[in-house]
Amino acid sequence: MTNALNLFIGLAIGLNLLALASSRLPSVIRAAALQGMVLGILPLLLERQFQWLVGLVSVGTIAVKGFVIPHLLRRALRAANIDREVRPLIGFVPSLLLGAAATIGAVALGGVLPLQHEHADSLLVPGSFATVVAGFLMLMGRTKAISQVCGYLILENGIYMFGLLLLHLTLLVEAGILLDLTVAVFVIGIIMDRIQKEFDSLDTNKLTALRE
Amino acid sequence: MNELVLIAVPLVFAALAFVWPDERSRPRLLPVAGGLHVVGSCWLLVHPPEAAPGLWLGFDALAQAVLPMISLLFFICSLYAVAYLKVRAERRNRLFVFALLLLLAFLSLAIQAQHLGLLWVAAEAATLMTVPLIHFSGTARAFEASWKYLLVGGTGIALSLLGSFCLGYAALNAGGNGDLTFNALAAQFLPLTANPTAEAARNSHPWLVAAWVLLLAGYGTKMGLAPMHTWKPDVYGEAPGVVGALLAGGTTTMAFVAVLRVKQVLDSAGDGAMTRHTLLPFGLFSMLVAALFLLGSPDFKRMLAYSSVEHMGILAVGAGLGGIGVWAALFHVWTNSLTKGVLFLSAGNIRRAANARNVNEVSGMAWCAPQSSRMFVVGMFAITACPPFGPFFSELLLMRTAFQYHNTLTAVTFLGCLLLAFLGLTRQVFAIVDGRPRAAARAMGHRFRETNGVILPPLAFLGLSLWIGLATPPLLTQAWTAAVQLLLPAS
Repeated sequence: MTNALNLFIGLAIGLNLLALASSRLPSVIRAAALQGMVLGILPLLLERQFQWLVGLVSVGTIAVKGFVIPHLLRRALRAANIDREVRPLIGFVPSLLLGAAATIGAVALGGVLPLQHEHADSLLVPGSFATVVAGFLMLMGRTKAISQVCGYLILENGIYMFGLLLLHLTLLVEAGILLDLTVAVFVIGIIMDRIQKEFDSLDTNKLTALRE
Repeated sequence: MNELVLIAVPLVFAALAFVWPDERSRPRLLPVAGGLHVVGSCWLLVHPPEAAPGLWLGFDALAQAVLPMISLLFFICSLYAVAYLKVRAERRNRLFVFALLLLLAFLSLAIQAQHLGLLWVAAEAATLMTVPLIHFSGTARAFEASWKYLLVGGTGIALSLLGSFCLGYAALNAGGNGDLTFNALAAQFLPLTANPTAEAARNSHPWLVAAWVLLLAGYGTKMGLAPMHTWKPDVYGEAPGVVGALLAGGTTTMAFVAVLRVKQVLDSAGDGAMTRHTLLPFGLFSMLVAALFLLGSPDFKRMLAYSSVEHMGILAVGAGLGGIGVWAALFHVWTNSLTKGVLFLSAGNIRRAANARNVNEVSGMAWCAPQSSRMFVVGMFAITACPPFGPFFSELLLMRTAFQYHNTLTAVTFLGCLLLAFLGLTRQVFAIVDGRPRAAARAMGHRFRETNGVILPPLAFLGLSLWIGLATPPLLTQAWTAAVQLLLPAS
């Protein structure tokens, strides 16, 4: 079971790096969506017996992270008529290198932290930290609103992965988180739409009226 | 009567507001819901329900100590909102009224939440509900503020989720049974203090440290402690005054309650020294940053944001001092929130009368909006801790506590920051109020009428600020004492 689990977590880490290295926004969205779907499968692998609540969270995660949110983002992308992240604050190669370094650091950190016996062999903790850092890098290093939202989603995915360590404690909480996330992206989508209309661009570098 | 009423009433009214067909009468739902909420929370304060252990939700001592304030704040703000939405009849108010009521529901939920995860879900929902309120004006600047709020606030709230998971994992390592309610967590960590070298203690300690760092950063962002305060000036500058008052008194209070609840767990685990030694510098740093920005900010609504950062710093200092300091901080939650109500609402009036926000463009407001200006000046003296208003008494108590605990450095820095903030605030407020009004403002001033609807609510806040300082009701002081006892690590 752990092998299959680690395989999927490895896939999620690979998708981090793909998202960090890609300049085309549709592929960034696709990477975030795929990662969401991979995460949706993980709870099923963690439980030895099938529980309907776990199944529900799993299906909900795949639907929301894999289909609903990417659909909203693609629609925003079409409305804004943009395709590429040009001139990011942190370049693609540096952010890829930083992401890789963070992954190595996360594995080292996961080895140091005291883990429960059944989590000792899994990559959940390193994978989660690596994903959180990758999300942060995208959130800070990109200028297009859609890339920043993807960064936020990846950050969220990392936290979700960590939450799986506590799966049997926090199932209801996971459901609440999913609900909040959906509303968040919905709100973000509306704001992006208005920003697009007001500023005629989704470039957050243009948001400079408010400063000291 | 059950504590669920405080959540159900605003939820029902929110649904009602959403389907209400008439634009002009819809805002009147706000004071009705607010009034019922005040009645409910006061009733519960007088007749506190039995707090059953293990429940995810409860009107416990800490909720009793702060939730009635939020009810009062919302009620008076809702009266102002009726008049405000009448003035802004050109904007549709369905979403605004709906989101305001949901915000009240989620604030009540978050403050009563006894479960780590439920607290997070409610705090996140409250954050999201404020976004439509911030961009009510629909200007480009308002959308910029909403975007920055979403990104900074969203990241902060994500960090606090990670912190919550770390705390849960620490509980697992400490041999916990998986119960994530605050009292159960505190009880699970308590045995660790007896034997800090045992395996359970060694295994959970790194996770506890990580949890505290992440949760303080996350909920500290919501509170607006420096250096995570960057969203605050933008949001308070662009949001309508009534929203500013609710954010500065309501959502920040919710975040402070979250910090206190987490601190309770950490203190039980024997990490009290760590929580104290992080909260104190954070608080003092926030006060210092705010005081320095207050000296230079040219926009009088952004100025209020820095004042809010300063007062969040004061709360953190109180929590960091511990014991009587926490009591003083709970007192300060009341005095600060009620006084901020005066400032935000009167600043909103002045902003409308002047049709400008910059100190260089606004002057002579005593002529254009005399009553609002008077209240703005008195409110400014109140918030800078001039007697006989509430903040004077709560800050005095904090100072005395600092000296009593032989923390002279804290006391001296605290006083210095208060002095700097006083200089900054008086300079700006008098620049706005005094002098000759600009020609444009004169024309605008005729159009803006200081009706009872926009004057009486800030006046009510001023009265409450006086009352809470001069005649603190024993019911409240008892509630604060009970809350401090609840937060002390059981021994």
